[in-house]
Amino acid sequence: MKVKNRRLKMVRDYVIIFLIGLVLLYPIIWMVFATFKTNEEIFGSVKLLPENFSFQYYIEGWKGSGRVTYTNFFINTFLLVLPTTIFTVISAALVAYGFARFNFPFKKILFVLLIAMMMLPNSVVIIPRYTLYNGFKWVNTYMPFYAPALLCCNSFFPYMLIQFLRGLPTELDESAYMDGCGTLKTFTHILLPLMKPSLFSAGLFQFLWTYNDYFNSLIFINSVKKYPISLALRMSLDAESVVQWGKVMAMAAVAVLPVILLFFAAQRYFVEGIATSGLKG
Amino acid sequence: MKGKANYRKRDYQAFLYIMPWLIGFAILQLYPFISSFIFSFADYSIGAKPNFIGVGNYKKLFTQDKEFWNSLKVTVLFALYTVPGKLIMALAVAMFLNRDIKGINLIRTLYYIPSLFGGSVAVALLWRLMFLDNGVMNAMLTALHLPNVQFIGDTRYALKTICALEIWQFGSSMVMFLAALKQVPKSLYEAAQIDGAGKARMFFSITLPQISPIIFFNLLNQMIQALQNFTSASVITEGGPLKATYVLGLKLYKEGFSYFKMGYASAISWVVFTVIVAFTLLIFGSSKFWVHYGDE
Repeated sequence: MKVKNRRLKMVRDYVIIFLIGLVLLYPIIWMVFATFKTNEEIFGSVKLLPENFSFQYYIEGWKGSGRVTYTNFFINTFLLVLPTTIFTVISAALVAYGFARFNFPFKKILFVLLIAMMMLPNSVVIIPRYTLYNGFKWVNTYMPFYAPALLCCNSFFPYMLIQFLRGLPTELDESAYMDGCGTLKTFTHILLPLMKPSLFSAGLFQFLWTYNDYFNSLIFINSVKKYPISLALRMSLDAESVVQWGKVMAMAAVAVLPVILLFFAAQRYFVEGIATSGLKG
Repeated sequence: MKGKANYRKRDYQAFLYIMPWLIGFAILQLYPFISSFIFSFADYSIGAKPNFIGVGNYKKLFTQDKEFWNSLKVTVLFALYTVPGKLIMALAVAMFLNRDIKGINLIRTLYYIPSLFGGSVAVALLWRLMFLDNGVMNAMLTALHLPNVQFIGDTRYALKTICALEIWQFGSSMVMFLAALKQVPKSLYEAAQIDGAGKARMFFSITLPQISPIIFFNLLNQMIQALQNFTSASVITEGGPLKATYVLGLKLYKEGFSYFKMGYASAISWVVFTVIVAFTLLIFGSSKFWVHYGDE
């Protein structure tokens, strides 16, 4: 009797899990099928599957606008996102090392400032930053994304890496010093290899946030030739008088796909990164 | 430690390592922070010299701009709907998943997928399409013989529709709660069971206090983010209908980067900042009543 009860309970649990999962994932599933549907099929219908699977909307959508295709938009996106991600990881690792392993004058106050910057809203600094970048002739380039990454302006990342470094014993550093290593060599040869998982987590999150970013792209990028995918997608809505939703969804699905693939390939780092450092998002 | 700390010679090298941030802090954080405050007292647009008008921008904002109070209200409402909504969803699902089940990793991964697209235009477009008047959501309501709802076109529902998108993305809070729930000592529940405590009692007396630091952290972060929302209001409803979703982030963008009234936009950004500080103080101030740190 008891065994039977437990089995019944387990079945109930899985049914609930499945239902929650269905509700959560249905929009994404629906989106994928919508890429094959005409407007007539999309509107006023609950049917999930399309009449036929034709990749017409992918081909049409990929052409983009004017002479700028989604090949360009993807290249732009990666030109924007990849350096930003790499710069972020490098600068955050250096800054984290400085804070975690040395005892220097004004350290306390500087650390408090570093942490306080996590609460500085982007909207407060965006206007002066814009005038600054405009003065540097950086508007409509990707420099507004690279510069804050190089200069470690998202305190979340050094904070995350400092937490990780604190878990590594300082004896490692001491013995490296004994062997005659300088601080840089100690960092690059001893600590960095050990920091790999946390560096990877940091990189993944910066990749994701930059890839999804809309607000900053909208402000700093103003020629279609340099649009990342987020702006291209937004533009596709206004491109025609009657929106071909199948086409819009096809390109949205194409934009979403790399993120899902990356997530599945590296989910351990995502989940650990969140669970250990307590993330926003 | 005595009055003067002993720094080793190599300790001074730390400044080389933190140099990127020191420069970034000075040029891209501190300077913009101060100058947006100064701009907020000026009539200023790009390429022109700021013309200082005292509290003129704020006066206009608070007394003449008909949009402002509505935008402020909508922004605060957005945060008040989404932050608790997200946290409650995240906690409920995490509590449910916190048991012996096979495949928990896969389940957690799948549940996290919507959260990969925070602020994503692609998903905002999807939301817009699904919630259109003749979209699939209304088709479902029709199939269930329920009356249709103008999710995007009706001022009563538009804000809630974009809030739903936000709440749907509860994954990162869920992952954090799951990790926190795993750390609650089992012995506490066992002792409570012996004392005859019910499930509800255990939840309020053990679970909630034990994970309260994580709740605190999430509350703060989500609040700061929600008050700056831009993408969903911009892409799904474009601030409408009748400014029902015209959040301050959107207004700031319009004033600053469509009309290039940058002084005015700076004043708006300082209102956003003030609201964020107010909420932060409120959360911090109340924390001593409800956040429990185990090792005290």
